[in-house]
Amino acid sequence: MSNSKTTSKLSGLAKTIRSKNAGVDKITFDIIFRDRENYELVKNSGCLTRETICQLYGIEDKRISDFVEFDPAYAIKFTIYRNRPSGSAGDPDIFGAQQYAPLLDIEVPLP
Amino acid sequence: MDSTKIICPNGHLGFAPLKTESFRIGVAQKPDFIAADSGSDDVGPGPLGSDTSTSPLAWQEHDLEQMLLASRELNVPMIIGSAGDTGSNSRVDLFVSIIQKLALKHGLTKFKLGYFYSEVDKEYLRQKIKSGSAITGLDDRPSLTEQELDATENIVAMAGVHPFLDLLEQGADVIIGGRSSDSAIFAAAAMSQGHCEADAYYLGKVLECASFCAEPYGGKETVLGEVNPGEVLVSAMSPAQKCTIASVAGHAMYERSDPFHEQVAGGTLDMTHCSYEQTEENITRITGQTFKTASEFRVKLEGSGKTGERFLGIAGIRDPYTVENVDKVIEWAKTQVREKFGDEGYELYYSVYGKNGVMGDLEPVKHSKSHELCVVVQAVAPSAEIAEEICMTATRQMFYARLDDVKGTAGSVSFILDEVVATSPAYRWTINHTVAIDDPLELFPRHMIEAGI
Repeated sequence: MSNSKTTSKLSGLAKTIRSKNAGVDKITFDIIFRDRENYELVKNSGCLTRETICQLYGIEDKRISDFVEFDPAYAIKFTIYRNRPSGSAGDPDIFGAQQYAPLLDIEVPLP
Repeated sequence: MDSTKIICPNGHLGFAPLKTESFRIGVAQKPDFIAADSGSDDVGPGPLGSDTSTSPLAWQEHDLEQMLLASRELNVPMIIGSAGDTGSNSRVDLFVSIIQKLALKHGLTKFKLGYFYSEVDKEYLRQKIKSGSAITGLDDRPSLTEQELDATENIVAMAGVHPFLDLLEQGADVIIGGRSSDSAIFAAAAMSQGHCEADAYYLGKVLECASFCAEPYGGKETVLGEVNPGEVLVSAMSPAQKCTIASVAGHAMYERSDPFHEQVAGGTLDMTHCSYEQTEENITRITGQTFKTASEFRVKLEGSGKTGERFLGIAGIRDPYTVENVDKVIEWAKTQVREKFGDEGYELYYSVYGKNGVMGDLEPVKHSKSHELCVVVQAVAPSAEIAEEICMTATRQMFYARLDDVKGTAGSVSFILDEVVATSPAYRWTINHTVAIDDPLELFPRHMIEAGI
């Protein structure tokens, strides 16, 4: 990594970034890191918090049902309520599998 | 206590066919059980509401045939849960008939075929509501009302280990289960061999999606789980995959909001203090799981209700001015619909691909750079005739949208079809609730028959 680089996109630090139904009323997002170093870096960066997620997705805090740091898997995970249950007419993503894309470009400051 | 080995070849039997190479490798490990889950609420409310499968019959038969032949060859039980995507009674009957036909086709020696149902009668729940036993909502839903119950077509209850254990105790060689917790299918097998609930449910939790607990990513490959007192060991059977700490721990949080707890009928698996250890290159060992029995026995219910007949329309836009003003185009078409049909009694949705078709309101990109857009129109109404006319109006009127400065005055959108298309009716999840029951078996009537010759 060059010295001039002061931030990295989340997509460059995480191994897996995904979204998926968690039951019929919620969508859960997983950001999983290959090693403790990058996990701790992002965890402590303040870039991935309830507040930044609300800002990114344009939602209110009450739509986030859970926000969890899951050490055994080096993972940060959050879950949001859907506007309508999965698969109702008007739901654009029955599996909730394509809702993670905005997370890829989050800029994380490097130490 | 001896160790118990279970292989799982598919995380959703029927949705896509299992891969036979890793399955045969798994069978060669001489497992004590061969088990798979065949259902999911991921497929949306349509299959349960219309009592159909979303999985093609040929793929269901393919996997059942592979598993049945291996099960009879090894003389170990085969267990399927949530038959045919939904676990409704008709899906259980379908799988039972497939097993019977396969047994005859291959001339299999007589074996015991056990099955249980999961469907719940509406009147049973109505009595519960009337008697003051709340049907409690999950995920912040309010308690079930009689009105929502009336709007529901079909209801299934999510079985825990109990009906599976009962059928195993009766000597079943093959079990076809109605709707079941994914983990319970495997947990019941381990518990029938004397393993404790904590180890059994963790084993189930890790095996239920087959190779999704392995890396690199690749579905429909077989994985092997082994349980000994206090530990669960899991390994991938595909030579291309491995079960690593990262892949196994990562799977523990898949499709769930809480990675530490798994609620099942009768209790909770607690994974808070689990530790993961790489004992061999392809084997991850999990210890530290606990299980807490619930004070009240509650069972999850799923219900789907029809909201109407549905038609789809598709339109494309290429004129940059029209692309920029797509909202006005849609508003024009909506106004034409309102003029004839009013504001209520139907549903109308526009998905604008190239703008926010995938994410809707969650889309942070507010200014699309797309040079073209695809608009998908969905209309839902009580009758097919009305749904078709609303969809036709809502789609074709985009062609006549009146924009002030548009250069092209011969039509504002392109069509790949100058018609609208009937789809399956629209359904919605009306029930995502739990009900208290006295006897863990009361919602799951069990049957035992013989198959083979």
